[in-house]
Amino acid sequence: MAVKVKLPTQLRDAAGNQSEAQVDGATVGEALDSLYAQHGELRSRIADDGGALRRFVNVYLGGEDIRFLDGLDTPVSDGDELTILPAVAGG
Amino acid sequence: MPADALKCKECSTTYPLDARYVCERCFGPLEVSYAPLTSTPDELRRRIQAGPHTLWRYADFLPLAGPPRTALPTGWTPLMRADRLAERLGLRELWVKNETANPTHSFKDRVVSVALARAIELGFETVACASTGNLANAVAAHAAAAGLPSYVFIPADLEQEKILATGAYGTHIVAVRGNYDAVNRLCTELSGDRPWAFVNVNVRPYYAEGSKTLAFETAEQLGWELPDRVVAPIASGSLYTKVARGFEEFIDAGLVTGDVPIMCGAQAEGCSPVAQAFAAGTDVCRPVKPDTIAKSLAIGNPADGPYAVELANATGGSIESVTDDEIRAGVRLLAETTGIFTETAGGVTTAVLAKLAAAGAIDPDERVVAYITGDGLKTLDTVRGTFEVAEIAPSVDEFELAFVSAGTA
Repeated sequence: MAVKVKLPTQLRDAAGNQSEAQVDGATVGEALDSLYAQHGELRSRIADDGGALRRFVNVYLGGEDIRFLDGLDTPVSDGDELTILPAVAGG
Repeated sequence: MPADALKCKECSTTYPLDARYVCERCFGPLEVSYAPLTSTPDELRRRIQAGPHTLWRYADFLPLAGPPRTALPTGWTPLMRADRLAERLGLRELWVKNETANPTHSFKDRVVSVALARAIELGFETVACASTGNLANAVAAHAAAAGLPSYVFIPADLEQEKILATGAYGTHIVAVRGNYDAVNRLCTELSGDRPWAFVNVNVRPYYAEGSKTLAFETAEQLGWELPDRVVAPIASGSLYTKVARGFEEFIDAGLVTGDVPIMCGAQAEGCSPVAQAFAAGTDVCRPVKPDTIAKSLAIGNPADGPYAVELANATGGSIESVTDDEIRAGVRLLAETTGIFTETAGGVTTAVLAKLAAAGAIDPDERVVAYITGDGLKTLDTVRGTFEVAEIAPSVDEFELAFVSAGTA
């Protein structure tokens, strides 16, 4: 599946200053692995040593937090859009 | 105590004091760190007492480079002894910090004061925020007073009172079809590409410092003493954790002696990710879709949640939740015993206080402070239908029929 990943400003220096990337995969986790294959430094910025997302990293599929879906196992379809954002407190 | 860096709460990487909020290495939140104090407690106390009756009297503990330039005086709100409420709850010494007395009637004036002052120092010319309502009020008002344009992003289903009270200031209101977490996500995306100070996004480390002044004022108003326990609401967890930090800084500065109070957090059951994590014995706050009348606390994805859980555990406190009916009862209880009409968030705090007292969790000899963070005039529907209005003709007979025969007058 071809998926677009939108990157926050804080990660763009590790992705050749691009604001988005085109990746492949059948799940969110596979799509992120595909992203790491393109931009190796992103892995340690987003994920911990075990491959789980760091606790202040939020990933959205079509605007929905993947923690409301199946997390990294959530299936993705052609043309889906993933957004990576830092968690930020509200008010 | 000049600020010397922004520091990651997770991995301690430091950054310059500019407009950033997230660690580039690990995505952890950044907060302001300060150089060690060089003043004695007496010197600090004298400077505080000679300062204005606003939160700027604590400038030694706030992250500004120069004298603060804000136009709307904020803080130094009353700390009221609440004997009638204490009696109802079986407590000995209870105080209520009445944040409805701020310029836009909530504690958000504090965080906005600090964020805006720092944003002006950093050269920003437009301010913005993602808000559940009170913050939008405060940003619109403080921006108007400072003569800056502002954009406030709110969930489209917000209480009418909060929208009306915000629009009056001439701000740009952006009503987003979605809940607060969607608004927050949108603002996080927008903040990356716009030269605006989003007070609770890209200048959030400075914003968060404003909540410490709640603790500073409490200690000073108690005659430079600490409470034994505080009860405070939790939405993102920022206020709750920064109140504790404020007490800690006053202890470290030698201005008060003792320990950080037992920290009790209050959430609405319909949006209680932090209370649920506390109850489950984990600091992982699973996000929820909020469904509660306490809209100002309706943050389903609380970024400071893990730190709030750690703080409750470290101080021997707890994080409790209450139902919407308990919240309504809390609003009435506070109003009837203290004369303070609070919004739903204060109903949450009061209801959790009552719940803790009823469960015997509070030693009757403790000195307790409850933080009442917002005004009931902004959530009027909460009390609609909870009392009767006796409509009569302008006639003594009708009055007596309604009241004297009922034995109430």
